[in-house]
Amino acid sequence: MALLEVRDLSVRFVRRHEPTVSAVDGISFDVHPGSTVGLVGESGCGKSVTSLAIMGLLPQRGTEVSGSAKLAGSELLRLSRREFDRRRGKEIGMVFQDPLTSLNPVVPIGVQISEVIERHRGLSRRDAKREAARLLDRVGIPDPTRRLGEYSHQLSGGMRQRALIAMALACEPRLLIADEPTTALDVTIQAQILSLLRELVAETDTALIMITHDLGVVAGMCDEVNVLYAGRIVERAQRHELFSRPRHPYTAGLMASVPRLDSPRGQRLAPIDGSVADNIPWERGCAFSPRCGNALAVCGQRAPELETTDAGEQLRCHNPVDATETVERADD
Amino acid sequence: MGRSETSGAGDTTPVAPTRQESSSEGSRTVLGTKRRERIDGLAESGGDTAAGVSLAASAWRRLRRSPTFLVGAGIICAFVLLALVSPLLAQHDPALRLLEEQVSRADNSIPPPQPGFPLGGDQYGRPLLSRLLLGSQQTLLVALLATVIGLGGGLTLGILAGAFGGWVDTLVMRVVDVLLSVPSLLLAVSIGALFQQQSQFTVIIAVATVQIPIFGRLLRGTMLAQRASDHVLAARALGVRQRSIVFRHMLPNALGPVIVQATLMLAVAIIDAAALSFLGLGAADTSTPEWGQMLGSAQNFFDTHPHLAFWPAGCIIVVALGFTLVGESLRDALDPKKRR
Repeated sequence: MALLEVRDLSVRFVRRHEPTVSAVDGISFDVHPGSTVGLVGESGCGKSVTSLAIMGLLPQRGTEVSGSAKLAGSELLRLSRREFDRRRGKEIGMVFQDPLTSLNPVVPIGVQISEVIERHRGLSRRDAKREAARLLDRVGIPDPTRRLGEYSHQLSGGMRQRALIAMALACEPRLLIADEPTTALDVTIQAQILSLLRELVAETDTALIMITHDLGVVAGMCDEVNVLYAGRIVERAQRHELFSRPRHPYTAGLMASVPRLDSPRGQRLAPIDGSVADNIPWERGCAFSPRCGNALAVCGQRAPELETTDAGEQLRCHNPVDATETVERADD
Repeated sequence: MGRSETSGAGDTTPVAPTRQESSSEGSRTVLGTKRRERIDGLAESGGDTAAGVSLAASAWRRLRRSPTFLVGAGIICAFVLLALVSPLLAQHDPALRLLEEQVSRADNSIPPPQPGFPLGGDQYGRPLLSRLLLGSQQTLLVALLATVIGLGGGLTLGILAGAFGGWVDTLVMRVVDVLLSVPSLLLAVSIGALFQQQSQFTVIIAVATVQIPIFGRLLRGTMLAQRASDHVLAARALGVRQRSIVFRHMLPNALGPVIVQATLMLAVAIIDAAALSFLGLGAADTSTPEWGQMLGSAQNFFDTHPHLAFWPAGCIIVVALGFTLVGESLRDALDPKKRR
């Protein structure tokens, strides 16, 4: 059985005098212990809202969450605020995008870490502090006992993100959600943080949901990848299959727009035409169809369903990219 | 577990001295010799308690170099010191009409400066200098208590509104709106008039009531900004208790502007309290001197004996200036954009 089972999750933002916005529209996926699942897509596709909904961190007013998200068989979406507070941080940890703003500037990081340990593991202040030092050491921060007394502005960007990861791991959660954990970091630090996350997942059998718009991160981290577009999953595949044979025109477009070392000199990148503003609502057809090079007449009339292909992938497209047509890719 | 702790502590020992060395080296290049010793002392005393540089410490580092702060703090320290030692400095009992025989209603004369009485006497023949000196106690005390009460009330309202939001916020803020819609001095006068007997206590309550909505609204705004901040979201994602989120993660980050406002409000409180006393809403018993009340009772003698008004008014202005200067420099020092 999967550790996290998300079924038909929808999040709608209800606004007075304005039409309701459907940010997440019937998403389903599973996460197994020790595996990494990617949620990939551009800004506004609903990837962060999905994670906030699972964490119960969306504002209560003006949001309608429906569907189900079960962690080890117990439903998360219908927990009371108090129950959620008890389980967040303990069973699910979360690492945020910007490590500078995600740490409290006026509280030493040691206090911020040991606070979580005291809260969820019931350790004494003294033991919690020792545990916090051990965690900092674990995530690769040198001289942890001294760092405990320091403030976030005294740490480098990479160390801040390590400290945030230490906080998220403080109670050995079974599920870790990383929401663009490397976006605010430079490339070398990015690589370090990713290998740290990979290591932690492998060692502790933690399940990881990796939210990112960076295909490089996906290629290096994820076992299974969900590509989101306008609040729906448009393609789901194992990493290897996805990169070698992207089927959905959006996925293929994303990959074509990434610079590659093995592409011929002087060749221009191929961006995806149009912008998110061109989308049509899913009720009227495929949201991507106005930007899609493969669009058929049917695409603007009826939305495709998520269907399993012969290769075992899941795909939401009337006219997928031909599997044989795509370029061979040297895989890592 | 215990072993690993001791080894960790052993690692820190060689690091600590190098940090102190580097800080004293930095100061040697920037600052003069006298200051360097003071800073070294601070670095050592600070190093014992916390390894990190808190917001307060970095603000303090910038404050020490600000001339505005030094002047303001100098003024405040001088007056606080004066208030503390004034019982020793004052040569006479301020309530005694020692120079009463020199007061004459007929030719409107008031005791002039004379040996033993450098500023002469007031219209009742009481020693003016002694009254001025001891008046500092009352004035500072009233301003301080009024601001503390106003701050306390404002913090309570601001925390309630900012932390809970929703209908609590709406309710609290409408009450604040009503209080703010009345001109502050009028509000203070009305509240002062509610009491049967006028005293310093009524002045304090009246001045504090004016301040509560100002502090409340300010804190509510900064608390709301904190509530939407990334680090509060991160704390919630870790399941941190609501109480800790409000008091550890939101409030300390929201307090900066309130601290600045409190310093500025001390100046306003001194002026408001003086205004109430001037209008006759202060203590009915004038034997305990207070600057505002001294100024008020001097109004009949503005044209003939302006010095009766000059001294208390001058003191009020200078003290208020001191608090304003400190407030201004604090605002600059606590500005997170200038923080290093």
